[in-house]
This record gives sequence, C-alpha cells and structure tokens, in this order.
Amino acid sequence: MDTLVAQYSKPMFEKENYNQDDQVDLYNPAPSLSLRFAMPPIAQPSAWLRAATDDHANPNCPIKIAHGTTTLAFRFQGGIIVATDSRATAGNWIASQTVKKVIEINNCLLGTMAGGAADCQYWLAYLGMQCRLHELRHKRRISVAAASKILANLVYSYKGMGLSMGTMCAGVTPSEGPALYYIDSDGTRLSGNLFCVGSGQTFAYGVLDAEYRYDLTEQEALELGSRSILAATHRDAYSGGFINLYHVKEDGWVKHGFSDTNPIFWKTKLEKGEFSNVTSELV
Amino acid sequence: MEVLLGITGKDFTLIAASKAAMRGATVLKASDDKTRALNKHTLMAFSGEAGDTIQFAEYIQANAQLYSMRNNIDLSPSAVANFVRGELASSLRSRKPYNVNLLLGGVDPITDKPSLYWLDYLASLAPLPYAAHGYAQYYCLSILDKHHHPDIDYEQGIKILRMCTDELKRRLPIDFKGMLVKVITKDGIREVEYEDGKSVACP
Repeated sequence: MDTLVAQYSKPMFEKENYNQDDQVDLYNPAPSLSLRFAMPPIAQPSAWLRAATDDHANPNCPIKIAHGTTTLAFRFQGGIIVATDSRATAGNWIASQTVKKVIEINNCLLGTMAGGAADCQYWLAYLGMQCRLHELRHKRRISVAAASKILANLVYSYKGMGLSMGTMCAGVTPSEGPALYYIDSDGTRLSGNLFCVGSGQTFAYGVLDAEYRYDLTEQEALELGSRSILAATHRDAYSGGFINLYHVKEDGWVKHGFSDTNPIFWKTKLEKGEFSNVTSELV
Repeated sequence: MEVLLGITGKDFTLIAASKAAMRGATVLKASDDKTRALNKHTLMAFSGEAGDTIQFAEYIQANAQLYSMRNNIDLSPSAVANFVRGELASSLRSRKPYNVNLLLGGVDPITDKPSLYWLDYLASLAPLPYAAHGYAQYYCLSILDKHHHPDIDYEQGIKILRMCTDELKRRLPIDFKGMLVKVITKDGIREVEYEDGKSVACP
C-alpha cells in the first residue's frame, strides 16, 4: 500500500524521465523475446541449420527455404515508389503466387520482403511492433533511420546463424523527408535513392537505371516501377505472379493495386511492341 | 566477366564485345578484339575459356573462307550458324570439348535481311532479334526487352547499345575496359567509333 501511495503521490516532474528499468529496455535493441528461441540440441546449431537448408551446396537438402523474389524501391521528387512481385518458391516448387511482399509497418512506413519468407515475415512484424512501442514511449513516430537500424542491429545479432533476408524500409517523416534504407541479413544497412533486391534484381536494375531520374513525375515513376517488376518476372523464373505497387507520400503511403502480370505482359507486348523476342511461331 | 552483345535492326546487325582480356585477377590487354569476320557479311564474337575461343573461332573462319574460295560464293549467315552449331555439337561429345560461347551476326547477301544467332558451348543455336552472353544477359536483356523493336534504324540501335553498356559500367563490379563495336550491313563489316571513356555514376 505504501508503495502504491508513493507511486501516485510523487510530483509529476519526477516522472518526466525514464526510470532505470525503462532505460535498460530502451538501450537493449534485442529484447528477451528474441533470445527465447529453442535451438537444436546439438553442439553447433548454425552449422547444422546450414547443412539442412543450403540448397546451393546440397540440392537434396531436407529443408527448402522459400527464396526467389524481385523487389524494388526508389526515391524521386514526389516521394518513394515501392514495387514487388508476389511469387514464393521453395526449390523448383512455386509455393505461392499471391504473397504480400510489402509489409505495412504503419501508415507512413513500408518494408519489403526478399530472402527467406518466414524470416522476413517474422522480423518485419517484429519491427512493426518495435515501431509502435517507440511511438507509445516517445509520443512521436519513429524515423526511418531508427526503424531500419532496429532491424539491422537485430539481424546482426543473429549473424552467421542462418537468417536470410534482404529488405528495404521506405517512409516519409517530418524530420527526414522521404527516406529509403536497404538492410540485409549480413548486417549491411545503406541509405540510398534506388535499390532492387532479390534474384530478379539485375533485370529490374536494367530497366530502372536506364530511365531513372530524380525529377520523374508521379505517373512516370509508377509506370517505371511496375515495368521494372514486369521485366524481372519475364526473365527470372523465381519471380512472377502479381505486381504490388505502392507510393509513399508526405501524408502516408498509397496503394496502387495488386495486378496480375500476365495481362499486363500481353498488353505491353501488343500495344507497345516490346518483348519482340517472344513469338508465336516455331523456329 | 566478358561481355558480348548483339542487336539487329531494320537493315543492320550490331555486335559489341568487351575489350579486356583477363586472366585470373589480371587484365593482360585492354584493346582485345573478341571478333572474327567469317566472310564479307558475317561476323562472329566469342567468349569462354582462354585458348579455346581463338582456336575455335579461327578454325571456323578458315573453313568459311575455304568454302568461299572453292565455290565462289559466300555461305549465308544462317548456313554458317548451322555449320558452327554442328562443329560445337560434335566437339561437345569429344574427349576435350571447346568451351566457347558465340554470337553470330550477319546480313544475308541475297535478301539483305539482318540476322543474329546465339550459340553456347552446349551447342544450342537460337536465332534472336537481340542477344547477350555472360553476366550481360542479366542486366541487358530486360533493357532490350523494353526498348528493342525489329524495325529500328542504326542510330536507334546505337542508342539502345549505349543504354546497355552504360548499365554494365554502372553495375558490373569489374571494369571490362569498354566495348569494341562492329556493324554488319549489306555493304560489309565496319568498326564503329564508340566513345566509352565517360564514367557513369550509380544513382
């Protein structure tokens, strides 16, 4: 009872700063939650996991991790465009054609998924949670730089243990303006104007680099983003399905559809005469 | 990291090859010509294992020229392509196969139709409107998918080629020392002045 009275009878100004427990929480980027994973009961869990999942070294590995992807994001005068395909593959098997690879962290922040589907889904949901906690603790929205750093520090703490993810964080905040970060499971964290991630990245880079300018109009930027994904879904076997398109603006992100690539491909080919190597005749 | 690119247009075929001759981590020569003229209007560009490439290319060149001398007429590009494919196919099942990838560009002397053939060391042969070998495929095919049309003129062809080489310069981690570009028209094979000293920045 005495402690309760003491707690509520303290003057307000004493509560302005964080108490010691809060501070420990704040300075500890990977909280106890992430340390409570069960490890395989053997000497080197990471080596064991690698042996069981490394598709490249051992095509008959027992666990196939969902991998191939194309995702892209770029900054331009009107904000940030984020676009992804929607295919999930496990080895040669197409596990899904309708994956949401853009994670809506909050109404101003987006994350993209490439690499292990489970890793990305889990840790980006976790990032969403941390961002919300930051918001509640600090009474203002987290910056993109800080959000991306939470994720980067988190994956770095698991380095060498088999995480596989390549993600981008895009958002607009009053302090930073439009900001774009690339984070991967090596622990790399880069800010930049333009990134493509995944097995189809080179194809997307090809189309995107050739016509990218910072002063693109909104219409041009959306068109270029979706055309770059289309290029990758056409040439990369591990990308396909639907084009998921987002535009991040000052007052939050806007979704521009989840559109099937097949009709878009034939529309592009027949109306613009592109993809001229695709013919219906046999040679 | 050798680069081979080929683009056909209305009345020409462009062949471009990187100028670096690399062995391990060393650039031995920065003005290498990875092409051979097989006859007046057929050009072959090659990449692959050192030694094999030139051996094989000059063997093909000699045979194409021998045919021209004996018969007083040049083989058409399609005839040469199928001959080369046959040679690669028999080599593939020999004790020591040639490890060579090729682009064969030409203009048919009778119909004046440009053509481009993509061949690899497994003896695949594909006639294509545009083609690439090696890492260039990953960066350039998506550009060509978007910007190529069968009826482009020479200036547009060079413009698309420039988009491709700029992208390679931007994204390939190793400097390939610029490109040697040749064009085949009904008048024959000609080397193109290709400015490639300018550096391209990553956005």
